[in-house]
Amino acid sequence: MNRLYEKYIKKEALPTLFCPGCGNGIIQVAAMEAMEKLGCKDDVACVSGIGCSSWIPCYYKLDVIHTMHGRALPFAEGLKLSRPDKKILVFTGDGDCVAIGGNHLLHAAARNIDLTVVMVNNNIYGMTGGQKSPTTPLEAKTKTSPYGCIDMPIDACSLVANLGASYVARWTTAHPVQLAKSIAEGMEHNGFSFIEVFSQCPVQAGKNIWGEKDPAKIMEIYKKNTFLVKPEPEALKGNSIPEKCDGKYPIGVFINNPEAVEYLDKVEAKLIECGVR
Amino acid sequence: MDAKPEKLNEVVLQGNEACAKGALYAGCRFFAGYPITPSTEIIEMMSAEMQKAGGAFIQMEDEIGSACAIIGARWGGSKAMTATSGPGYTLMQEAIGFAAVTETPIVIVNVQRGGPSTGQPTLSSQQDIYQARYGSHGDYGIIVLAPSSVQEMYDFTIRAFELAEQFRTPVILLADEVVGHMREKITIREGQKEIKREKHKYVVSPQADFFQGANSMVEGQLHDEQGRRIGHIASRSGDFINSINRKIRDHVDVISSIDSYCMEDADVAIVAYGSVARPSMNAVKHARGIRDDRLGPKFKIFRDILKRGVNKTLHTDYSHLKVGLVKINTVWPFPEELLKQATERVDTVIVPEMNVGKYTREVERALKDKTVISMPKCGGDIHTPTEILDRILEVTGLEEEER
Repeated sequence: MNRLYEKYIKKEALPTLFCPGCGNGIIQVAAMEAMEKLGCKDDVACVSGIGCSSWIPCYYKLDVIHTMHGRALPFAEGLKLSRPDKKILVFTGDGDCVAIGGNHLLHAAARNIDLTVVMVNNNIYGMTGGQKSPTTPLEAKTKTSPYGCIDMPIDACSLVANLGASYVARWTTAHPVQLAKSIAEGMEHNGFSFIEVFSQCPVQAGKNIWGEKDPAKIMEIYKKNTFLVKPEPEALKGNSIPEKCDGKYPIGVFINNPEAVEYLDKVEAKLIECGVR
Repeated sequence: MDAKPEKLNEVVLQGNEACAKGALYAGCRFFAGYPITPSTEIIEMMSAEMQKAGGAFIQMEDEIGSACAIIGARWGGSKAMTATSGPGYTLMQEAIGFAAVTETPIVIVNVQRGGPSTGQPTLSSQQDIYQARYGSHGDYGIIVLAPSSVQEMYDFTIRAFELAEQFRTPVILLADEVVGHMREKITIREGQKEIKREKHKYVVSPQADFFQGANSMVEGQLHDEQGRRIGHIASRSGDFINSINRKIRDHVDVISSIDSYCMEDADVAIVAYGSVARPSMNAVKHARGIRDDRLGPKFKIFRDILKRGVNKTLHTDYSHLKVGLVKINTVWPFPEELLKQATERVDTVIVPEMNVGKYTREVERALKDKTVISMPKCGGDIHTPTEILDRILEVTGLEEEER
């Protein structure tokens, strides 16, 4: 075990329940590197929902709530409001965050509450065995879309950007260094930080969506399907993200607006304004 | 528990307001909620008062979110509560199960309205008596208190926080529209109650509050003492389920509370909980010739005349009925032993409740040797004292003899 692992991973909880080749391990390490970079381990608690990616924090030597399906964000909001001085790191999946937890995502983003959300997007329900998720590509054949997916995939980054999230980024597991940097930036950022990660699920999405079971090759597909963008400083303060181009998804940091007022700060300002504080 | 003598204030409050005040006195410093009739006054008062008390308030996007937020806040170290009604309470059930399995001490207020579904938003019921006990999936233990007055809305809310911390469990305050919306003079306290945290006594998997370096693992899967999942191991999972049930069931004597009234020489007992204990109490007083100053006699008589006719209302004599009341304050866990002791002398027990007669089954199960008569009432209207007394006359066959 290297030093980072010694410090952050509960040995007695190993092995992880991730399948061989799963992208979750890359994200788990990226978040550890982000915390190490900030030196904030003692001030971090993790909250996660239900699904493969929500097991990521369960191996950390941190305070963790492994919550109900779709509800990581309200748990995290309660925890944050109770301890405004601490950093809350949320791990969630595409189904957890956008489908069953979609309503909470809208409202947490609109509040611009200071949480860092890592949404692991594998385009499928992996834990239940490969069913269509809200981000499954059109025409993809899954266990619950045997004739091809007809539901328009939802772009979570675009959604939260529109609603007022003040840090929005997207990476893939082929970009672990950039991902770690983004998670660190998100945790430092005072506001709702949303980081989407395209992450390979070789077992379920590999079989059903990509027609490719080799994790390295799925990561190659991610690289081919994405293009890096570097928005102008003004655009970073906006509320929209770069458009898809030739069917490729933009990756990079889309929004980073330190001027957006965070929810707890808004509450505090209002209480002072009204003479309550 | 408090060292300093407290200042007591007499105030007129609505039941829902009294509940909010009681929570603040008990040290509740986080409230998340979603407006729903007839519980809305609680979230309204909390939105104004919580932050003044140094706590945090948030109006969530739905009731599931509210229940989840209070669990999150409790792990952050803040005593936390939410309040809801009818459909909102149903939405919260998954989170109640999560709180039970993770042993999170939270308080959830359900100001019952008529169901099912949207049902009767503005009228009262006691239809959630079983949902309060068995609402979430799986087997778990839970504590449910049923207030019958504005004073009890205040006192039982405080008690709910005490029991939640003591047993590390969600506690439900099962109020209803009648006690939620009525106004009465009550005694409230100033300051804040220190509620002891008995961390390990009744806890299966003791996890410390967050940010103490304990690396607490709060896990919704069945887990061991360290929070590690054991859901895939049948024998250990069975032990866990038994433990979280037994920690409540085996301490029913510590949790239970009932009040007996005129039971010393009673032949017939009314067993009631929540707001229905009020007309039951009036029925007992009426039969025993005890004058109740709080009764609005004219209005009650007017209502009865409309329903029953002048003769029956004014000329029925109930004074020969030796009737007493057993008011159940802690409806779950079912206070079996206390109820058995209190009703030892009587042969007949009447259970009036604002539902199809659910709690009667529990009473029947406990009092097998007695005649247990259900007196259900649905539709949103609470029983009147004379209805209860008439029912006693009917079932005891006393009416004809005495006239």
